[in-house]
Amino acid sequence: MTNFLKQSWAGLRTLLALTVLLGVLYPLSVWGVSRIPGLHANAEAQDTTLVAVAREGDQYFVLRPSAATLPASGGSNKGELNEDYTKVVAERRTAVAQREGVPESKVPQDAVTASASGLDPHISPEYAALQVPRVARASGLSVEEVRELVASATHGTFTSTVNVTALNRAIDSAS
Amino acid sequence: MSPLVAGLLQTGILLTALAVVYRPLGDYMARVFTAKGHLKAERAIYRFARINPDAEQKWSTYAYGVLGFSFVGIVFLYVVQRVQSLLPFGFDRGDIGPGMAFNTAISFVANTNWQSYVPEAVMGHAVQMIGLTVQNFVSAAVGLAVAIALVRGFVRHQTDRLGNFWVDLVRGTLRILLPIAFIGAIVLIAFGVTMSLKSGVDVDGQVVANAPVASQEVIKELGTNGGGVLNANSAHPFENPGEWTNLIEIFLILVIPVALTRTFGRLAGDRKQGYVLLSVMGVIWTAMLAVIWAAEANGIRPLEGKELRFGIPGSALFANATTGTSTGAVNSLHDSYTGLGGGAALLNMLFGEMTPGGVGTGLYSILVMAIIAMFLAGLMVGRTPEYLGKKLGRKEVTAAAVSILAMPTVLLIGAGIAAVLPSTQGALNNPGEHGLSEILYAYASASNNNGSAFGGITVTNDWFQSSLGLCMLFGRFVPIVAVLALAGSLAAQKKVPVTAGTLPTTGPLFATLLTGSIVLVAALTFVPALALGPIAEALL
Repeated sequence: MTNFLKQSWAGLRTLLALTVLLGVLYPLSVWGVSRIPGLHANAEAQDTTLVAVAREGDQYFVLRPSAATLPASGGSNKGELNEDYTKVVAERRTAVAQREGVPESKVPQDAVTASASGLDPHISPEYAALQVPRVARASGLSVEEVRELVASATHGTFTSTVNVTALNRAIDSAS
Repeated sequence: MSPLVAGLLQTGILLTALAVVYRPLGDYMARVFTAKGHLKAERAIYRFARINPDAEQKWSTYAYGVLGFSFVGIVFLYVVQRVQSLLPFGFDRGDIGPGMAFNTAISFVANTNWQSYVPEAVMGHAVQMIGLTVQNFVSAAVGLAVAIALVRGFVRHQTDRLGNFWVDLVRGTLRILLPIAFIGAIVLIAFGVTMSLKSGVDVDGQVVANAPVASQEVIKELGTNGGGVLNANSAHPFENPGEWTNLIEIFLILVIPVALTRTFGRLAGDRKQGYVLLSVMGVIWTAMLAVIWAAEANGIRPLEGKELRFGIPGSALFANATTGTSTGAVNSLHDSYTGLGGGAALLNMLFGEMTPGGVGTGLYSILVMAIIAMFLAGLMVGRTPEYLGKKLGRKEVTAAAVSILAMPTVLLIGAGIAAVLPSTQGALNNPGEHGLSEILYAYASASNNNGSAFGGITVTNDWFQSSLGLCMLFGRFVPIVAVLALAGSLAAQKKVPVTAGTLPTTGPLFATLLTGSIVLVAALTFVPALALGPIAEALL
């Protein structure tokens, strides 16, 4: 027991020293470096396209469903055999098909499933293509123009995805 | 690019990067723990802590060091959370309640990083920095120290000294974790990870919580910790904004546990001893990756709970890395995985997390399993087993068995009680077999110090907070004490000369034996429980 207490006392002092180093100096140094202009466009994430921003109106592209309760992030955590949730997904599919005027079989997976973060700003190129006619109609832009905006918001090295946050901002400035 | 090609390419890039740093990092870590001199900063810490860095310790003193340091770590972290309202950067998130603070304190000190809380709603930046970030570093360094002490047990002869815990702890932190973390944090920031002292950011009128993410993100992966700075963990665009940060984070998760096999070979004086462990880890890891990837690619709702920018291969890679180590960070929601895919992630933990396992914990766990494997081989041929020139007698095998059995014991007791408690029904997010999987996964995660979850389960009632807290505590420290006792009795032995009757432990026979032991021990212990959860679900 005395050995344990002796070691705990050394442990407390070590912990305090390491707390100053790892808990104060280290994060503040990283923060300081993050302020260097040009290292990253904006570590504060203002005007970011990293996160989803839901926009109302037919002139905008629609995101994936979100299970997050903002400002916190999160997903549905529903298993694939969860029957209640299967119904929810089926309803979403019907709604998307109606909105875009396509058969339900054309609705892609990402249009009906919630992401892990609830802040996923991306949709698949297929889901974007599905929305182009509606967006063109409502925004007054031509289908060709909207397709070009989609193309310039499409990125990815391994998986091509369309960033809806960037895309909707581009639609704002174009229309 | 087709998903198959994309996945193979990402896996290829990851493995190439690991191969490139394997030797230099492994050799560097070996030098860190054998070097004679101390750095200036290290001397300052020893002086402040009143430690004599040149005094070596017996195994029991070494173990008291681990326990004492972890004990004060838990108390400190508990207190910091309970008085959050007095600290800066709290954003009126208030003091953390006792149950949650107890659970979280154990969780981060035990390198588990199980989270019963929503970080952006509950934790202010001060607690994240001076509490959680610190434990992200030092809990990993403790694992590293214990692994090195066990290796010393094998390579030293007729001594009762295993090294100095404080020196191993401080060196692992200052010379290995901190430099890599600092560089890694800056790289992550350059790739878009955020680093903010504000509580949130207004993006086109929509407020999204923000935090000093990068500094904690990097050590969360590098130290195989896994506790998200934000609720969605590495699925959150601020923690893991793109395909490249995803690969970097997976790399950080794997790099130390993988390179430690090289360190081990170096210290053991025979690099092949390290390669054989790496090959066993690699075979199981690759097989499990194939299972998770294939299962997810063929799911009913493959994109539920996954981020589009990672796709299915990028999610499967992360899931396999995080559960094969003791990390528990997630970039997709394992709760929404298929029966087979989620079951494989669970099985990764049930293997005892040694493929390649956590920082240090992976190495000492697989060495303990190697002892079990050699013991079984010895029984088959009727010889006293040996490993690395040490006899495996009653003491050694008992210590190894205690270390291996601690996890299943607390896991099955905890999960068993939870499954019959009436209050559990209301805590589950999914009905039927998948509900049982949520319980099993929670206790497997806690007992193995992983920290990932089938996140739908609500674990905030007193039963879950305290029982999972105890699982984390016993799952961490019973094996550590057993491993240090084992190291002590190994170090006390003479070296046994290699004879014609010695089973070589560098060839395919040993690798097969070890792989078989890992799979068999997990299968014998957990098949009944798995049959009712993930296996049943996969067959439905």
